[in-house]
Amino acid sequence: MESLLEYLKKERDQDWRVEIRSQMKNKDRTALERLAMPEGNPDERKKDYSEVNRGLTEEMAVHEAKRCIDCPNPTCISGCPVGINIPKFIKYIEAGEFLESAKVLKETNALPAVCGRVCPQEVQCEANCFYTQKLNKPAVSIGNLERFAADYERNSGKISVPEIGSYNGIKVASVGSGPAGLAFAGDMAKMGYDVTVFEALHEIGGVLKYGIPEFRLPNEIVDVEIENLKKMGVKFRTNFIVGKTTSFDNLRKEGFAAFMVCSGAGLPNFMNIPGENYIGIYSANEYLTRINLMKAARPDFDTPVISGRNVAVIGGGNTAMDSVRTAKRLGAENARIIYRRSIEEMPARNEEIKHAQEEGIEFLNLANPLEYYADEKGRVKSMKVQKMELGEPDESGRRRPIPIEGSEYEIEADTVVVSVGVSPNPLIPRHLEGLDVSSWGTIKINQENMQSSIEDLFAGGDIVRGGATVILAMGDGRKAAAGMDQYIKERVRNILMLIKEFNTIGDILEFAKK
Amino acid sequence: MNKIVDKEYFSEAVVKLVIEAPEIARNRKAGHFVIVRVGIKGERIPLTIAESDVEKGTITLIAQKVGVSSIKLANLEVGDYITDVVGPLGQPTHIKKVGTILAAGGGVGVAPMLPIVEAFKNAGNKVITVLAARTKELIILEEQMRQHSNEVVIMTDDGSYGKKGLVTHGMEEIIKREKIDLAVTIGPAIMMKFAALLTKKYKIKTLASLNTIMVDGTGMCGACRVSVGGKTKFVCVDGPEFDAHEIDYDEMLLRLNSYKQEEQVAYEGFVKRYTKP
Repeated sequence: MESLLEYLKKERDQDWRVEIRSQMKNKDRTALERLAMPEGNPDERKKDYSEVNRGLTEEMAVHEAKRCIDCPNPTCISGCPVGINIPKFIKYIEAGEFLESAKVLKETNALPAVCGRVCPQEVQCEANCFYTQKLNKPAVSIGNLERFAADYERNSGKISVPEIGSYNGIKVASVGSGPAGLAFAGDMAKMGYDVTVFEALHEIGGVLKYGIPEFRLPNEIVDVEIENLKKMGVKFRTNFIVGKTTSFDNLRKEGFAAFMVCSGAGLPNFMNIPGENYIGIYSANEYLTRINLMKAARPDFDTPVISGRNVAVIGGGNTAMDSVRTAKRLGAENARIIYRRSIEEMPARNEEIKHAQEEGIEFLNLANPLEYYADEKGRVKSMKVQKMELGEPDESGRRRPIPIEGSEYEIEADTVVVSVGVSPNPLIPRHLEGLDVSSWGTIKINQENMQSSIEDLFAGGDIVRGGATVILAMGDGRKAAAGMDQYIKERVRNILMLIKEFNTIGDILEFAKK
Repeated sequence: MNKIVDKEYFSEAVVKLVIEAPEIARNRKAGHFVIVRVGIKGERIPLTIAESDVEKGTITLIAQKVGVSSIKLANLEVGDYITDVVGPLGQPTHIKKVGTILAAGGGVGVAPMLPIVEAFKNAGNKVITVLAARTKELIILEEQMRQHSNEVVIMTDDGSYGKKGLVTHGMEEIIKREKIDLAVTIGPAIMMKFAALLTKKYKIKTLASLNTIMVDGTGMCGACRVSVGGKTKFVCVDGPEFDAHEIDYDEMLLRLNSYKQEEQVAYEGFVKRYTKP
């Protein structure tokens, strides 16, 4: 830990940083107002998939960067799962060195344009900002600045490829190409490894592609970051399910020294209530995958989707918000959230809730579905809902919803999207002998280095966490990369030690035979 | 991208495609399936693996033209590429020696049944196979089935080949004269429903292999969910085989028709585009 602080201090003491700090008094910096992210007009944007947040202008970014007082002890960094040197990248923005700023981001973050868009900064870096902690003022908008620098670099056409350490030729694999896999791949490539990322679907990006809609994260942004990884030498294989298409053992024989398993949160949860398998009732995963990955809403694509006029989305998380806002864009007259607690307990980001409200999404809070009804063709047409009230807080700290007896009523719904969480993808945990798995099917790991009970197998992201955020998955990816690097180096050292004990090549061959 | 190396028409509507997929060929087992996508605008559809050749690195798929996606696939020629093929998916059939197996396949369901019949035979079972179809030209893989079965009974609805009658008639005749230890049925949902009712009457343990709508095929979306014994199961990761007596066929039949209207519109548009002068 000390070395990190020393490093940060050394960086902070560089002439250019000192110079930038001296240009403005802290009193003047803290007097500046936080600028709001420019957004598309709700009445317009709810008709298309254009990005809702439009990004800061250069002037706005510099203004916002000036608010950062470049603290000697930058607490913001402790809130960042991938440990971005936050003051450094912000001060580069203040200095007008936007490309340099982007380089700083990429030192520790393989996907800055993605994180700048989908990270819950308000509970991470920005929650730990001096402004939040000590001044009781709105934090420096670190997330918006991250997005600004990454977008500036992309639009400049001068995308920097991070420096690659000397190539060591050691093959390692990532099983899954979501945020954990991409972060892992970036770090391993930087350390000189020969990285292959295996992906089960036909597109690279995992949840960034099938899950998060374009209006929050355009696919082309993800593609640019993937291209960058390719430039770093990372190889990608789509339509490949490790453990099925070929076994881990076969890949070991092909020379893969270690694996990072980040196969994500597959299996959508349902509520197991009557009528849940009627036509028109989707898991959020299916609804979003059809639309985002398979482009079902576009007439020239073959995949169909049912998205009606009365769409009910069950749940209060970010995925529920993504689903209900998508339904609105597909032409729903009534797109509503049905959530069993109140808006205060919703796990979705405040920004997502606000955007949904602006777009005319109805919130039916303190309500829980009990049963679905269908027409004669089996297509859902309505649902029975029960009113809830809040009781004492439960283990999660949120107040427990309690059903109100006799409060049931029926509402129309011709499409339902069930967004009540996911369980880990069962493909790997179910089939790999010797792998320690929790009772919910998540892979158990050593928190220090993300190593599983199988020594050459590391894991991270939702397959370990059960359902978390993009940035936590990326943090896991980085940690696993560091852990795997150490594991491989140790093995190489052991082999070299062993070889030293032999006098001749013949001895080695003799030993190998045994 | 997987290259098509051989193609054969079983009938006007049913086509056999042999495609390059060396890893799948090596690792597939009886009961496994693949997901394919034709063209970058295509949908992902599940198809069962009929045969594989490890040496040549190929797998055999059988497709019946029923809608836009299957027509696009069936229209591909030798030398063309299928945009995406992924697999093998699903749980393999639990193969062991149990005695006498009654395998009943209808329509293109005969294709996924072939490796299962082969595996049960190789495990030392006596296998009696019933192949059923509407009419003679829709009976497929007869020769291969004869190779791996002790006996093959052919049933056609119109009596144009084999015996006249439904698959269940053929099954019942065999059940009455042989002690059956396990039945396997694969075919249209309605056929499996009645096959299961029959074997239930005779208290014969029966497996049915389901082919539902899927998107990813890896347990992620839940499009393929069916009720088995009152519980929701995912065909892609829990199946495709289930206890035939526990499946809610009526719900499955409804769900199979989820996109009937959309499919009809797409089909008409497709036909229009392709029949333009």
